[in-house]
Amino acid sequence: MLAGDEGPAASVAMEIVLHSARMTGATALLDISNAHIDGCLYHGMASIEFAELLSAGGGTVRVPTTLNVSSLDLLHPDLYRGDDQTRSEARRLMDVYVDLGCEPTWTCAPYQLPSRPGFGEHIAWAESNAVVFANSVLGARTGRYGDFFDIAAAITGRVPAAGLHLDENRAGTTVVDVGRLPPTLLETDAFYPVLGHLLGKNVSGIPALVGIPPSVTEDRLKAVGAAAASSGDLAMFHVVAVTPEAPTLESALGGRGSRKELLVTAEMVTTARKELSTTGDDSLGAVSLGTPHYSATELRRLVDILDGRRISDRIDCFVSTSRDTLGEIEADRLDIHLSDAGIELVVDTCTYVTPILRDVDGAVMTDSAKWAYYAPGNLGVDVVFGSVEDCVESAVAGEIRRDEGIWRYG
Amino acid sequence: MAEIEGTPLFTGSARGRLLVLDEPISFWGGVDHSNGTITDFRHPQHGETVTDRILAMPSGRGSSSSSSVFAELIRKGVAPNGVILGESDEILVLGAIVGELLYKRICPFLLVTPTDYAGLATGAMISIDNDRLLVERSG
Repeated sequence: MLAGDEGPAASVAMEIVLHSARMTGATALLDISNAHIDGCLYHGMASIEFAELLSAGGGTVRVPTTLNVSSLDLLHPDLYRGDDQTRSEARRLMDVYVDLGCEPTWTCAPYQLPSRPGFGEHIAWAESNAVVFANSVLGARTGRYGDFFDIAAAITGRVPAAGLHLDENRAGTTVVDVGRLPPTLLETDAFYPVLGHLLGKNVSGIPALVGIPPSVTEDRLKAVGAAAASSGDLAMFHVVAVTPEAPTLESALGGRGSRKELLVTAEMVTTARKELSTTGDDSLGAVSLGTPHYSATELRRLVDILDGRRISDRIDCFVSTSRDTLGEIEADRLDIHLSDAGIELVVDTCTYVTPILRDVDGAVMTDSAKWAYYAPGNLGVDVVFGSVEDCVESAVAGEIRRDEGIWRYG
Repeated sequence: MAEIEGTPLFTGSARGRLLVLDEPISFWGGVDHSNGTITDFRHPQHGETVTDRILAMPSGRGSSSSSSVFAELIRKGVAPNGVILGESDEILVLGAIVGELLYKRICPFLLVTPTDYAGLATGAMISIDNDRLLVERSG
């Protein structure tokens, strides 16, 4: 492949995979069963020139390959408020990746697709939140891959036998105990993005969480991973008695014991929560939900919380999801309920990677720690983090409302 | 003049004034790819530019899109001249590999030990030559 007998694109792709193998000290390559590409989000002409080099060189993926969010919502093109040149270049990039054989899924939550990989599969996923979810919740095995490597792995079907692909690197390295926090807090959705933010800030390596209720949902674990991979470089976590490689603390630690421990205190939660807001003002400009892309369950819950109410005319409220999930909820007419409530559904992209928000007067409220982390820098907005209930109540009222009760304890 | 040996993650030669980042940065969302300015307002070096510097980072962080942003910095000619890392980071190095592939410009990456990393100070004039660092004069 390297010699070019499978075409110039396969040769370039293999060169990239082998460079990565040398960097990681790997002496062998592994076959993968699946890839997820982050490189389809437009970051300038270098993105296009690389993808077109592969396309011109006869590149085609040899494993099922999903695509991450792009810069455009192809189903609701009017939402895009950027310039026409960027729009056409972003579209050109999307088309090249589809030409390379990737599936036009356009989602940062490929683990919510029916085709998601299973336990023990070697895969090559990019997009930091997807990497954490795959390793932690699915028990599939991927490195924390980035743009360019992702498509190189998909074209070669190989990755270096290194890092999280190997048993010995998947053991927990820090025991993180949340068991001293009030049980009511552990049953609150909004706790989980805050926990993730705190983990990213305070833990390097692989946290093994103890004290999380066994009833914790995939949506809550998704929030932990997305937040931790934004504030830090987390690629995997264990939740003892929940995630597949952690039936017991001992197994989560790979039988080797752990030297580091972190006891999560109420003060740490308060600090982490504060860090996710940039203003204390009550003035609300917009609400953004769905980072990572909302699951069908989260969309149903949003409709339940709205309970037939309409949001304030002064407020824009966006919720991002995948076109696949949109198709799923259309069967129950949930999309109609949301649009009747004044909420705009965004698919194929996300409100913090591309210009969708109108000029806002006031802060943007979100239930996502990842959105709260990146949007102020990307969009130049103030952000207020709150629960999804807070976000809905605020959108209806037209001003920021936060229920402090869920955070007030002991 | 001090000489430090390291592990080349992307081989090449470069020279420039050192900028030591107190914290890791995500290039995506943290550095403006049109001009090399650090835009992450939470970062201690917010407002500094990475362009033409030898950039020292304790480790990589955050988004997988940082490879694309790094390659775009190289395309626009506003990338660092070279990068010194305290911990290996494949995502950023990929940006340099693709930058060289597409634009024939080399931005070398060198991995150094934590002890050597701790001795680096902003302002020093530094050369990277494949597997070694030469601190020509301190800031």
